[in-house]
Amino acid sequence: MKTKAEIEASLPQLKDEHVQLLKRLSNASGVTWDEGEIRSMVLEQVKPLADDVKVDVMGSVIALKRGTGTDRLKVLVAAHMDEIGFVVTVDDGDGLYQFAIVGGVDVRQLPGKPVLIGKNRVPGVIGARAIHLTTAAQRKEAIPLETLRLDVGEGKVEVGDRVVFATEFWQTERSLFGKAMDDRVGVVTLIEMLKNNPDNIDLYAAFTVQEEIGLRGAQVAAYNIEPDIAIAIDATPAFDFPSEGEKENVTYRTRLGDGPAIYVMDGATLSDPRLVSHFVHAGNEYSIPFQLRQAGPGGTDAGAMHRQRAGIPSISISVPNRNAHTAIGVVYKEDWEHLLQLLHAGLSSINPGILAQER
Amino acid sequence: MAEVKNFLKEIISLPGLSGYEAPVREAIARHWEPLVDELQVSRLGSLEALKRGRGTEPRHSILLAGHMDAVGLIVTQVKGRFLRITDLNGVDPRVLPGQPVVVHGRKELHGVVIQPPDNLVEDHKNRAPFGIEELYVDVGMEAEELEELVHSGSMVSFATTPIEMGEDILAGHTMDDRTAVAAITYCLEILRKRIHSWDVWAVATVQEETAYAGAYTSGFSLKPDLAIAIDVTHAKGPGTSEKSIPDLGKGVALGQGPNVNRGLYDRFKKLVEELEIPHQVDVMASHSGTDAFALQVIRGGRASMVLSIPLRYMHTPVEVVSMKDIRRVGRLLAEFITDLDDTILEELQKEVEA
Repeated sequence: MKTKAEIEASLPQLKDEHVQLLKRLSNASGVTWDEGEIRSMVLEQVKPLADDVKVDVMGSVIALKRGTGTDRLKVLVAAHMDEIGFVVTVDDGDGLYQFAIVGGVDVRQLPGKPVLIGKNRVPGVIGARAIHLTTAAQRKEAIPLETLRLDVGEGKVEVGDRVVFATEFWQTERSLFGKAMDDRVGVVTLIEMLKNNPDNIDLYAAFTVQEEIGLRGAQVAAYNIEPDIAIAIDATPAFDFPSEGEKENVTYRTRLGDGPAIYVMDGATLSDPRLVSHFVHAGNEYSIPFQLRQAGPGGTDAGAMHRQRAGIPSISISVPNRNAHTAIGVVYKEDWEHLLQLLHAGLSSINPGILAQER
Repeated sequence: MAEVKNFLKEIISLPGLSGYEAPVREAIARHWEPLVDELQVSRLGSLEALKRGRGTEPRHSILLAGHMDAVGLIVTQVKGRFLRITDLNGVDPRVLPGQPVVVHGRKELHGVVIQPPDNLVEDHKNRAPFGIEELYVDVGMEAEELEELVHSGSMVSFATTPIEMGEDILAGHTMDDRTAVAAITYCLEILRKRIHSWDVWAVATVQEETAYAGAYTSGFSLKPDLAIAIDVTHAKGPGTSEKSIPDLGKGVALGQGPNVNRGLYDRFKKLVEELEIPHQVDVMASHSGTDAFALQVIRGGRASMVLSIPLRYMHTPVEVVSMKDIRRVGRLLAEFITDLDDTILEELQKEVEA
């Protein structure tokens, strides 16, 4: 086990190469069940880093990086490759197509958006009736999915093609903007962990599929890996808006700038309290900002992992993501850097003794 | 103009919200400069370009108007790390959540429109769309940073990049009415190789979306004998149930209604038929919602016409247009101008009196 000084010296910094990799992954298409493009980018990254890499029957990438110490914990860390999006369902002719939503997308986020369709990334748009042709009463009702169409002009797409928002990633001094920050930030984080691995553990990095439709890739991965503990790295919603009038914002969940979010409870998991204490302690010990995510709905791969086999102590640690599950999410770079550091510090200081404590 | 599509992609990517058209005006001026004899900027900011005819002085003149101002948003309040907004000139708030925008503060700030969760807004019906005053713009900054750079009244443009949907179809914001500027530019290119007797005033007008202010003022000061407004019109598509409105890519839509001179309409109808230019009728029951509304009546009135380019999803950031329709309008304008002679004004007057 490294000393505190050694761990401090090895804490990762957020570098431009991380942001550039996130940009590539954010702009790529990987709607649930169509993760191939992301998978090949992940494989290209992890093959030179890991001791063993395989793709499981679901399509998740499992990369193992062994530690060097004795008495190593077997730690599964999961980040999901898939993203929310759409699928083409009916060809209406004339370049117009009906479509269905994949994952949790608010129908109010759809009108007026450019999209990319299928393997060939055919450009299209989701239009909306011109304001001139609507009444004030109509504008008080959300435009139902049934009346929206993908319009591809002269393009050609197929029923069954998966569809993503056509967002181009950009960054400012403080922030990152793009689609699928949920969970491509997690994917890049996990790749960085393989690069700069805590060598007191055996790190099983699982780049999972099908998180957005029910945590299904993680379920299979956790069963097969059979780890001692499991951690889901994800992007967690930040509803950190100002309070309006008398109404206090009591359900902000997380706030940008307050650091990575350690979960105690969400809609799918009660985190293992020993792991919560451990990471809270690590944050304090190494002066890494963090926040405790407010309890509330939602779920991460931890929801599937913690109840595999006879039970796997699990936790989620996520980057706050404003405007999640839309065309453009917002993440603070400092929160991402602190996520990298908290994971590194926490795992570098973990040992099997943690599981000997009573839960 | 190398190509309509490239020209259009260039000019829709430049800001030019109503009242703040300078960035796009400068680009249009660069393209028009080699095509015309004189360029001037009106007191309200419209770009007025004169291409002289070969007729003997005093020559008649025709004014072609395409508005260069864009729809967009304006900041109403800096609220902590967020901006409150309203619309400048006619945007359905339902198309705003998740849109990329540029805030024209002390610096240009790229950000996104965000809708709050339903439970955070008092008296909000769950799953109902939010009013524009309940939405935020987020530029990913801390409150102290933001206060330095943005204030109530800062303008906000759409920042969606142009989307090519095949050779002929382009989508993006501000196709209304930069497509008209493209059509006028195409016309000027054709006229370069033509002999015409009338003077031509090509005008990229300002503030059409708010008050037709550019059309009123250029119509006043340039004293044209005839005026043609080029604008976009609703095309058939998802969300429209109307059967009779024009179809995308199916040709020039000839404006037919009170803002149009009947005789001029008939001449354009005859001309498109002779030239076999695909065309359709754009019936305008009352107000055309174009610069012709002003050009027809300012300074004693004149015969006016509306030529429309069919467009889907008007005033959204993904307006869809056909390059063919733009070229058809440009060519029709050039042919009409080439044919103008000394007799048309008298004939039109006789037809009004008949």
